[in-house]
Amino acid sequence: MIEPRLKIATCSLAGCFGCHMSLLDLDERLFELADRVELNRSPLTDIKELGECDLGLIEGGVANVENVHVLLEFRARCKILIAMGACALNGGIPAMRNQFTLRECLEESYLRGVGLVNAQIPNDPEIPLLLNQVHPVHEVVKIDYFLPGCPPSADAIWTFVNQLLSGQPIALSYTQIHYD
Amino acid sequence: MAESSTLAQTIREIVQRHGGMSTRLLQILREVQDHFTWLPPETLDQVAEALGVSPDKVRNVAEFYSFLYTEPRGFYDILFSDNITDRMLGSRELLHYLCERLDMEINTTRADGLVSVGTTSCTGMCDQGPAALVNGYALTRLDKPRLDRIVDLVNSRTPLTEWPREFFEVTSNIRRADILLGRHFADGAALRAVLKRGPEAILEEMVKSGLRGQGGAGFKSAAKWISCRGAPGDVKYVVCNADEGEPGTFKDRVLMQDFADLVFEGMTLCGRVIGARQGFVYLRGEYRYLLEALKATLLRRREVGLLGEAILGDPGFQFDIDIHMGAGAYVCGEESALIESLEGKHGVPRIRPPFPTTHGYLNKPTVVNNVETFAAAAKIAVEGGAWFASRGTAESKGTKLLSLSGDCERPGIYEYPFGVTVRRVLEDCGARDAQGIQMAGPAGHMISARQFDRRICFEDLATGGSFMVFDQSRDILDGIRNFTHFFVHESCGFCTPCRVGTSLMRDLVTKVHTGHGTRADLEEMRKLGRIMQVACHCGLGQTAPNPVLDSLDQFPESWERRLRSTAYEPAFDLNAALEEARRLTGRDDPGAYLSGQDLLIGAMP
Repeated sequence: MIEPRLKIATCSLAGCFGCHMSLLDLDERLFELADRVELNRSPLTDIKELGECDLGLIEGGVANVENVHVLLEFRARCKILIAMGACALNGGIPAMRNQFTLRECLEESYLRGVGLVNAQIPNDPEIPLLLNQVHPVHEVVKIDYFLPGCPPSADAIWTFVNQLLSGQPIALSYTQIHYD
Repeated sequence: MAESSTLAQTIREIVQRHGGMSTRLLQILREVQDHFTWLPPETLDQVAEALGVSPDKVRNVAEFYSFLYTEPRGFYDILFSDNITDRMLGSRELLHYLCERLDMEINTTRADGLVSVGTTSCTGMCDQGPAALVNGYALTRLDKPRLDRIVDLVNSRTPLTEWPREFFEVTSNIRRADILLGRHFADGAALRAVLKRGPEAILEEMVKSGLRGQGGAGFKSAAKWISCRGAPGDVKYVVCNADEGEPGTFKDRVLMQDFADLVFEGMTLCGRVIGARQGFVYLRGEYRYLLEALKATLLRRREVGLLGEAILGDPGFQFDIDIHMGAGAYVCGEESALIESLEGKHGVPRIRPPFPTTHGYLNKPTVVNNVETFAAAAKIAVEGGAWFASRGTAESKGTKLLSLSGDCERPGIYEYPFGVTVRRVLEDCGARDAQGIQMAGPAGHMISARQFDRRICFEDLATGGSFMVFDQSRDILDGIRNFTHFFVHESCGFCTPCRVGTSLMRDLVTKVHTGHGTRADLEEMRKLGRIMQVACHCGLGQTAPNPVLDSLDQFPESWERRLRSTAYEPAFDLNAALEEARRLTGRDDPGAYLSGQDLLIGAMP
């Protein structure tokens, strides 16, 4: 008898996709993973609508209104939500803009940048509005697990997902969570 | 060129005055800053060169202490004491008022470079606040008329020496005296006793007395002295911890102001008993105003043969005392961090053991005691251990000085035998409507009216002396939030659980305090608090969650009435966070807003 496969969704908010690259670094272990889980909405699939999932992995922090929508939807549809990587945990590199006002950031990019023609701050409704500051995901929704690293190594992700799927307590070895 | 050689000359002179010793680095930097109003990079390089240490080491120290500035400050540097007791007395309103009158923002230096205004941790004037420091000197009893005059004095560039004396007046407010403050003490009596009876006999009296560390930790003082006396080595030190940084505590300030002779006598006695010839008083920077008087007292004691060479005519009895000034670092109240600071380094707690009694100042055996402990020791040498032990409880002998502040009619210093009930103290100080007490400062414990029959002693409520009263009109959470900010500011940054933990705790408390919290956040606070208690390197981080954890137990209603009913809420107003972008882009379409419906989705667990 085949056990029903657990459903996993992933997304990258204000991140660099580095955590997803690390996920791909699972290499041949991806086959084993594919036997046990079914990938729902994710940059790795072409599924547009998020279905009901067991696990949601969130890369990146919350920088704009679209990030908020995606994150809220993940919270609503995923039984367990995981913040993956430095940006999701702390805001990371994108949060470096928090030292400046949004006005300063946009003016620097769109009004004072080198080689700009017809300089203006973009206001097309298609473009998601930016939040005043970049926030870690746990400041917007409840997060069940935090997986640190920039990015977390494939080994760390593998250990974490395996332990979670098999119902064991999460225990990463020192070498999987130290970064110097 | 001429300018830079004058600078080098000035710094060389300062360094020479301190004997070119790198242990004096903090003292040297304080003086250099007094001269230049801040520490420009070239001064740090010059100090490094003159001392023969690396520029990095000097920069490290300069950047560690709050009162050392590596960026320009105003000619007048005004720092409001930001303890909750100052806030209760209206300090925040006064701070805004002053900035408005000076036409400047808080935490900035005015464009003309004349004045800076900001805040600092508790300056120990809780019984006579709202308080501030101007160029390091304590200002008390601030009110609007006083600030109006200060604005004029600043704008007219009047030197500090010509400001009205009453602005700087610090009163002792001793409301209740017992054996320590109440009985006359003849200078030199304790030293005569040790010369007559010998160090062993004095140690026996100390053992009998049961005296315990009055800073709050309560380690048996005699055990410290015996261990240090028995430690190998000829060179030993006595250190008096007058870095009274626990918010709400000011009893050491009163002892140093009114009973300095008694404290110095206790230190000298200790020197004789353990075989040390050098003592240090580590005086917190906030008590800078005491320095001249203390130096004069030391000088007088040398002149009358109570300090220096051949004390009381005995050529074998040498002991002298130096005063080291701190520079605004709460963590230096921890004895091993204090020793690091005394050695001229930034104040990070050492790993213990080894303890200071064997490896202290310059790795030599050292006794570090609190101001009050030395004062009590001097009395015990004269009056005997049994006399002292006749007061107090089984495990806590003698008396304790309490610093009372907050919502009471008569704030000030109260000396009680150990074992006094909280209720009795509240009656004596005229606190009729108390809702809760923050005992022993933010690092101590918060207790509610249900616990007012508890007793102040090591068996029950241990304290270093801070006693802040909150009456029924107060929101306990205002105090808790203030304390979490205090710990973020004072964490030395050495260990992650404290550096990060204090910030996370502040953010969680702020989230609930501003009405964004849910029950999940309270649980998270408890979890974080437990981690900090076990994982932090020193007492600062281990005790930092106390006010939060205590109030969750003692004042659950204060927390719960702020909670949202959903399972989880964002930490900030999501829609408001789009406001600036809406303004910048001029957008007003539906996509430019987050509706309540959107947010409901995420609130589900």
